Amino acid sequence: MRYLSHTPKDIETMLQAVGVRDLDGLFSTIPDDCKRLDTLNIPELTEWELNDHMAGLAGQMVSSADYKMFAGAGSYQHYIPEVTRYLLSRSEFVTAYTPYQPEMSQGTLQGIFEYQTLVCRLLGMDVANASLYDGAMAVAEALLMAIRIGRRKNTVAVSSLVNPYYRKVVETYFAPTEFNIEWLPYREDGTTDLSGLGQIKDLAGVAVQSPNFFGCIEELAEAGKAIHDQDAIFITSFSEPLAYGLLKAPGDLDADIVCGEGQSLGIPQSFGGPGVGIFAAKQKYVRNLPGRLVGQTVDADGQRGFVLTLSTREQHIRREKATSNICSNQSLCAMAAGMYMAALGGTGFRELAALNHDKAEYLKSALQAAGLEIPFTSATFNEFVVKFPEGFDRQWQDLLQKKILAGIPMVCYYPELANHYLLCVTETRSKNDMDALVKEVQS
Amino acid sequence: MKELSEVNLPEDVRYTKDHEWARKKEETFQIGISDFAQDQLGDIVFVELPEVGDRFESGDEFGTVESVKAVSELFMPLGGEVVTINEALEDAPELVNNLPYTEGWMLEIKASDPAEYDQLMDRAAYLDMLKGLEE
Amino acid sequence: MIDSVGTRGLILNEPFLWERGGKGRTGYSLPRRDVPSVPLPDHLAGDGPDFPDLSEVEVVRHYTRLSTWNYGVDSGMYPLGSCTMKYNPKTNDRQASLTGFSGAHPLVPSELCQGALQLIYDLEHHLAHVAGLDAVSVQPSAGAQGELAGMLIFSAYHRDQGKPRSKILIPDTAHGTNPASAALCGYKAVPVETGPDGVLLPETVEALMDDDTAGIMVTNPNTLGLFETHIQAIADIIHAKDGLVYADGANMNAVMGVVDFGRAGVDVLHINLHKTFSTPHGGGGPGSGPVCVCKRLEPFLPVPRVVKTGESYALSEDFPKSIGKLHAFYGNFGIMVRAYSYMLSMGPKLKDVSQHAVLNANYIKEKLKDVYHLPFDVPCMHECVFTDKFLEAHKITTLDVAKRLIDYGFHPPTIYFPLVVHGAIMIEPTESESLENIDQFIATMRQIAQEAKENPSLLTEAPRNPKVRRMDETQAARKPCLRG
Repeated sequence: MRYLSHTPKDIETMLQAVGVRDLDGLFSTIPDDCKRLDTLNIPELTEWELNDHMAGLAGQMVSSADYKMFAGAGSYQHYIPEVTRYLLSRSEFVTAYTPYQPEMSQGTLQGIFEYQTLVCRLLGMDVANASLYDGAMAVAEALLMAIRIGRRKNTVAVSSLVNPYYRKVVETYFAPTEFNIEWLPYREDGTTDLSGLGQIKDLAGVAVQSPNFFGCIEELAEAGKAIHDQDAIFITSFSEPLAYGLLKAPGDLDADIVCGEGQSLGIPQSFGGPGVGIFAAKQKYVRNLPGRLVGQTVDADGQRGFVLTLSTREQHIRREKATSNICSNQSLCAMAAGMYMAALGGTGFRELAALNHDKAEYLKSALQAAGLEIPFTSATFNEFVVKFPEGFDRQWQDLLQKKILAGIPMVCYYPELANHYLLCVTETRSKNDMDALVKEVQS
Repeated sequence: MKELSEVNLPEDVRYTKDHEWARKKEETFQIGISDFAQDQLGDIVFVELPEVGDRFESGDEFGTVESVKAVSELFMPLGGEVVTINEALEDAPELVNNLPYTEGWMLEIKASDPAEYDQLMDRAAYLDMLKGLEE
Repeated sequence: MIDSVGTRGLILNEPFLWERGGKGRTGYSLPRRDVPSVPLPDHLAGDGPDFPDLSEVEVVRHYTRLSTWNYGVDSGMYPLGSCTMKYNPKTNDRQASLTGFSGAHPLVPSELCQGALQLIYDLEHHLAHVAGLDAVSVQPSAGAQGELAGMLIFSAYHRDQGKPRSKILIPDTAHGTNPASAALCGYKAVPVETGPDGVLLPETVEALMDDDTAGIMVTNPNTLGLFETHIQAIADIIHAKDGLVYADGANMNAVMGVVDFGRAGVDVLHINLHKTFSTPHGGGGPGSGPVCVCKRLEPFLPVPRVVKTGESYALSEDFPKSIGKLHAFYGNFGIMVRAYSYMLSMGPKLKDVSQHAVLNANYIKEKLKDVYHLPFDVPCMHECVFTDKFLEAHKITTLDVAKRLIDYGFHPPTIYFPLVVHGAIMIEPTESESLENIDQFIATMRQIAQEAKENPSLLTEAPRNPKVRRMDETQAARKPCLRG
């Protein structure tokens, strides 16, 4: 077996040195009533059989390779340059452990330090961590951090336009605690209604998402002011970080914590995971941050180098008083995001963001011209909601047969929004794709 | 790590079993950690202190002191209300390592029961305790 | 004197990304613009991020150079205790990159993603089988999140019984994620002292277990590399008061095909796919931490779950007692593909994996116990733990030994964990190492023990071969510089 190198001779030599008769003898300390009564019943395939089996499973999937996807809702199709795919495959990055021995891991450490830096520059924040699991868990951790900072305050408010799956994860993390969540309603224009904030007692933090789940860009400057007026922590989140190639950085609008999903940054959609949870904050909150942090320092010769630092926040030292229980994060995905941002550059990132926005605007206008309703009037980035006529779900299924995914139905997340669909247009949709879609739904 | 004979143990403070010291001043008591404690901790990187106005009883945890790889709790030698904290420690936590009894002081309190000070160990008693730990 | 695996080598310096580049360079082929430009409202528009502009060549050289400063399992042996740094098969990466998987949107209707749903279903089924439990969810993104799921399940179970509990028993050898995960659920961690033989004793647990204790979190095999031999008696004590037994499966590489956790009395177990099931560590993640449960706890598993009807698979939220959702979608699917490929490549040979892993660890233990102090001279599982007792006389620390190993071309073992062992050196060779490599490792460790006596500055000044020497971690913590 190619992953096991011991020959029968090797095994005999080693058993002798250990003083045990056979391999089963190595497990003498295990009581019989803890042992398996059967042998393992899992198929064993050759490399060639495995290739066939997996091709068979992959063949039962529709992917962006064969369908025209007009869908986002937290998972985005973007072109991934071959150069980032190639660089990420270097086994020194892939097969390395967490950089606890910094002398042997300067590659990972500088790479993550650069990722932290680029994230800060993208979001206008002072400090970013080395990643969390995904956008959903990042929002949950941000709210828990707001509660830690707020000391005696026990309530958080979350916009109902934060991605519904992120909200479910927040509920799961908050369920065993004594803390309360207030859900904030939305306004007719598709942005969050913060007017009720003053009525909420003991408010530690407020989270909004921008662009939000409707694709609408929130008025973050106003939101920040309203939230800080209540002496609460201002948390902004996102599921599409590319938007910040065009939009004002939340840090420039006085956000205290900015968090979200970074899958758009050079990471394949991969049926929802792995992605990368991006998390950034103001400098004054650095000791409250969850997750690993890479810091710059010098070695014994005065040479620049990097280490994991401020580790006393983390579980392996602080244990039950840690800022989070997180240990492994999404490190390789953070490296990928760093490589993607490096390959695009500042100029490329901005141009790509503009392309996404402009293509989505093209489709939006074309659909409007075709007589369809765009219910929310706020500005959008690369996603927007369309209200289709009654019975559109039939046509939506037909379009799937024609290999077109015409958006994600909203009604399962917002029961009041029957016949509303969330459409997404990235740089991967051509004008022809969009014209074809408009033609289809027009009829 | 220092030998016991090298540990600095001034006469003008009293000590606790958790290695804090207290010094009686005119209106207040000053509090810090002993030379033995800072030596055991190694390079101190951060000291977490309470806020002015916070109240504690004797033996309550009032903060933590961190080295690179460890965190230790700090316990009140006597009860009272915090009147000042040493803000210099925020930018220079190494003061606790270098000058644990002077510039490395941590907080000053108004004692709720000044008699508690007399319950603390004097230099000789603390040194005996340290010798006992060695065995 | 032995030949060292580690040697000097020409590697190249490389500055920060932002110290390279020039405005207008690009490493990216911008897709064709076929629509008109539309400006954003002024008050929303920003200036874009201050990223450097780099050419493709600059990007490639940058990261290629950075990679040469790293050491991975593909470079050499990585005997990190409790991390299971086994070889990461390349065919696994190939399967994960098949476009049907990598290009899949998670919200397409289930008829259009049967391949992924089947993979998740089968993987969960195989993991349950290996564990000896009844149901699995692969949704947790890492071991720590699997532990959180387990604690949430405990909490949900007792609330469902109408009797919430506030405490949980955690051994003093536990990994830090255990009490941290318990605390997230509002449990107070009650420490359980390990017995003198390195395993938990039933009487210790009995003295602590009461009606307000939700149960116990055990790691088995434990972090001393020993099988918790009294697990069944302990489980009985816990169950007698309607408590639950959680097993941290981080060390499962020692017991696949050997131990049945269900028979051992375990109710909830998490597995680390990035340890036992060969998915790459990636410099710190992504991992995956499936949670396995016995039948009566199945209703509490995270949703959505993959259900099979006839020959079709679908996602279902119809589990009213579920603890809820932990991940925006279904977990780290790309990691699941790799673990699944590994399981199918090994089949029943997963048992050989455990046998070889345990053989390798015992062999190292026997060959080093005369030069490093062994606190428990008993058969170990897949890892063995030494203390720094023999080093103290020469004023050498565990850290010095670890740093010297780097010069010799080995990644150091896990050090200073578990906390109950002084100056712990935890060695887990895994099954991936050949006998020659293990003998080389042993010879190197013996040489270092000799150097500690005869020439200690070789250790205290180590490492000298890598790109950097020992880092000033005090400065990094006192004056954190976390970005450029």
